[in-house]
Amino acid sequence: MHDLSLSQLSLELEQGHLSSYELTEHLLKRIAAHDSQLNSMITVTATQALAAAKQADSLRKQNQANALTGIPYIHKDIFCTQDVLTSCGSKILENFISPYDATVTQQLKQAGMVMLGKANMDEFAMGSSNENSHYGPVKNPWQLDYVPGGSSGGSAAAIAAQFAPVATGSDTGGSIRQPAAFTNLTGIKPSYGRVSRYGMVAFASSLDQGGPMARSAEDCAMMLNAMSGHDPLDSTSLPLAPLTIGKADLHQPLKGLRVGLPKEYFTDSLNTEMRDRIEAAAKTLEALGCDIVNISLPHSHLAVSVYYVVAPAEASSNLARYDGVRYGYRCENPVDLQDLYLRSRSEGFGVEVKRRIMVGTFVLSSGYYDAYYLQAQKVRQLIRNDFLDAFKQVDVILSPTTPQPAFKLGERMADPIQMYLADLYTIPANLAGLPALSAPAGFINGLPVGFQLIGKDLEEAKILAVAHQYQQVTNWHLQQPAFNTIV
Amino acid sequence: MEWEAVIGLEVHVQLTTESKLFSGASTRYGALPNTQACALDLAMPGTLPVLNEAAVAMAIKLGLAIHGQIARTSSFARKNYFYPDLPKGYQISQYDEPVVKEGYLDVALADGIKRIHITRAHLEEDAGKSLHEDIKGMSGIDLNRAGTPLIEIVSEPDIRSADEAVRYLKALHALVRYLGICDGNMQEGSFRCDANVSVRPKGTTTFGTRTETKNVNSFRYVEKAILYEIERQTNLLAEGGTVTQETRLYDPSTNTTRPMRSKESANDYRYFPDPDLLTLRISDAWIDAMKAELPELPAAKQQRFQENYGLSAYDATVLVGSKELADFFEAVVSLSQAPAKLVSNWVTGELAAALNRDNKDIAESPISTNSMAGLLKRIHDQTISGKIAKTVFEAMLAGEGEADTIIQAKGLVQITDIESIAKIVDKVLLENQAQVDAYRAGKTQLFGFFVGQVMKQTQGKANPEQVNALLSERLT
Repeated sequence: MHDLSLSQLSLELEQGHLSSYELTEHLLKRIAAHDSQLNSMITVTATQALAAAKQADSLRKQNQANALTGIPYIHKDIFCTQDVLTSCGSKILENFISPYDATVTQQLKQAGMVMLGKANMDEFAMGSSNENSHYGPVKNPWQLDYVPGGSSGGSAAAIAAQFAPVATGSDTGGSIRQPAAFTNLTGIKPSYGRVSRYGMVAFASSLDQGGPMARSAEDCAMMLNAMSGHDPLDSTSLPLAPLTIGKADLHQPLKGLRVGLPKEYFTDSLNTEMRDRIEAAAKTLEALGCDIVNISLPHSHLAVSVYYVVAPAEASSNLARYDGVRYGYRCENPVDLQDLYLRSRSEGFGVEVKRRIMVGTFVLSSGYYDAYYLQAQKVRQLIRNDFLDAFKQVDVILSPTTPQPAFKLGERMADPIQMYLADLYTIPANLAGLPALSAPAGFINGLPVGFQLIGKDLEEAKILAVAHQYQQVTNWHLQQPAFNTIV
Repeated sequence: MEWEAVIGLEVHVQLTTESKLFSGASTRYGALPNTQACALDLAMPGTLPVLNEAAVAMAIKLGLAIHGQIARTSSFARKNYFYPDLPKGYQISQYDEPVVKEGYLDVALADGIKRIHITRAHLEEDAGKSLHEDIKGMSGIDLNRAGTPLIEIVSEPDIRSADEAVRYLKALHALVRYLGICDGNMQEGSFRCDANVSVRPKGTTTFGTRTETKNVNSFRYVEKAILYEIERQTNLLAEGGTVTQETRLYDPSTNTTRPMRSKESANDYRYFPDPDLLTLRISDAWIDAMKAELPELPAAKQQRFQENYGLSAYDATVLVGSKELADFFEAVVSLSQAPAKLVSNWVTGELAAALNRDNKDIAESPISTNSMAGLLKRIHDQTISGKIAKTVFEAMLAGEGEADTIIQAKGLVQITDIESIAKIVDKVLLENQAQVDAYRAGKTQLFGFFVGQVMKQTQGKANPEQVNALLSERLT
């Protein structure tokens, strides 16, 4: 039953072929038996999960179930979960039992979903390989010596390994889409403000968005419906009702839909095989009635630079609260306040987090603010304007999700710039606040790769419809890693 | 050389909102440590600020009251620094886009009205409190105050003396209390002042180097701290020295200021726009609604008191100094129908003195407006004299009841029957023939002696005017 998708499981539960308790128990066993090879989980909440499953089953008996009631999911450890460790992949929060639930946690609870546990991740969501976790790197089920991507690498590996049908992720510069591409999943980063950030540990507030990862676009839509909607606790949450993307939306006609290919994304630095996969995807979309249009996003080359000013700047401030004073890791025997701060933070944060705090502190410093932070914000606007201009000619934008497929564990750890470039194509959507998804586009040397669809503001339904209809005529997303046949 | 002081004040006004600027926790003063700090105030991971609309409404009212520009759009920034009572590691404050700009306050000085300009007023959150004394070998942190809404009101350097500074502060203090946006309690830190002081040779226009004296928490300390700074800086400059730009702390026990930290080594606060908060937009409709809610403000009230009640500028100023006092006065006038001047004298005289003696506020007056009106009615209808009224007032303070009850019980009704008074006058003159002779021989200062004797015989109940008239008549 672990090989069934969310929508299939939903049907099984509804028809009474399966109980949530059986399903939950089965998946917990699967995690217990096999996660040692992947390290995708930080916490498994077996007792709570079984209790929640029991409750979901009784709700279903009382006819109070919806499509998600009783569906097990894995929660990225960036979302606060009451009475459960919320570490965000960091030593500095290794003892942080959250006193409250994130809004997304609440929403999924309300829907009757069953949380199996908390997924491993790059520390504070800073990373593209899930190697920056205090809890150790996550392995890619497709090839265990490869990274699953990051920062939602635990979520990705767990879903790819069929530990659960769906997981949550968060995406600041590609942290849902890039691991989805590396593990043959579909994942969507919604429009900024679509999903509440309340209780999602902040990395870069103006870029962070939570979203789902699953084995199909349809499953992502079902999850996103439950995760979206206005939250009065998040001032940047959009004043909109929850999404209600249904079958009709996913099957909206694609005839005449204009799909843009940005020339700046198809340069020589793009792996040629990757180019072939994306061009093949474009052909498929053409066959579905879409018109392929060449477009330009002239400021694309500045996106990574802008991102690595804005994101660290916000992070340097957001992470100031981890000071060893009120909760979280505190160094032993501090001699004075300075020592408490210095050692708690030096010992509690990992290398990449410290690197970004330092960069962020620098770009906000007096005398550098104008040259870096302010300038970056201006360029950010230019990047958004590029998209707004492009969307006058096209309805969605198609690109590779990543320049290459997954790389080997350890391969890029010594070279942060190479690591940062893994997010070359995903970062612009965060800077512009646009919805973007990644969906499976085939394989290169046995490793999955994804295509990215970027939509207009608030047009999640449209890009999900394109991906869904693509998935009706292709079977890339149905391919499973060898890991799943062995175990 | 003659020196001139240049002073600008930064006043932190704590707002009387129910909850904090960005969280739902209570702002009540005096609760047990850390019982009024929610997840956001503790800077728990993932928590987000949501702006308190009531605080913005108060900022708008203040802006209107100081004739300022209400910014239709303003924004919040993060001021980053590490300190244990600053849980997030940054303070959310308004930096380059304050909610109120360019206002002023007209302040009554001995020689007329002076307009003190106000550069800006902005919203920000307060920090918690560090307690270094109470726990041996450790510092305690109380986050009850963390996140409490403040408005910081920054004046232009228009003030030229400690006296002007205090008058400005008192006017501002009265204003925020009129607006109902601050309880004005200086001991509890609800109204705090930082004073920027520099001196320069009189007649020059450039500014001298200034010092900032922090957190002076009473009007008297503000005056003393500024006087000390002016003298210190003047002496330094007169001896050819220079003033160092620094932050100083006032010590009331020695009445001096001392350096706290120098600006050179000050933190780089790395201000940047807070990405968790949207631009604050204020509509014309909101401003109009707040305008409609504005109470009568001190300046207008003073004007009205002078015109409608015929009070002197001095009396009117004293009465409008606090809204509660002005309200008390008006209630007593209306309830007693006594002349306003008489009521004013009693409210600012006997009552104020009694309250002052017990260190009480008009709001805590043991004598209600009704009781006070009861007393003034009896003075006005001449049931009792002003002198007897003081006895009655003391008895009222002692809790012996209403004026009428006391007057009856003690038999204090004034004798206004001219025949009865005449009899006593004649009796007194008869018993003091020697003094009468002396008076008639030119020792007219003995007049008071006769008045005293009459009063003595009537236990003070004789109507003083009638006594005076009769004595004058009989003695000529």
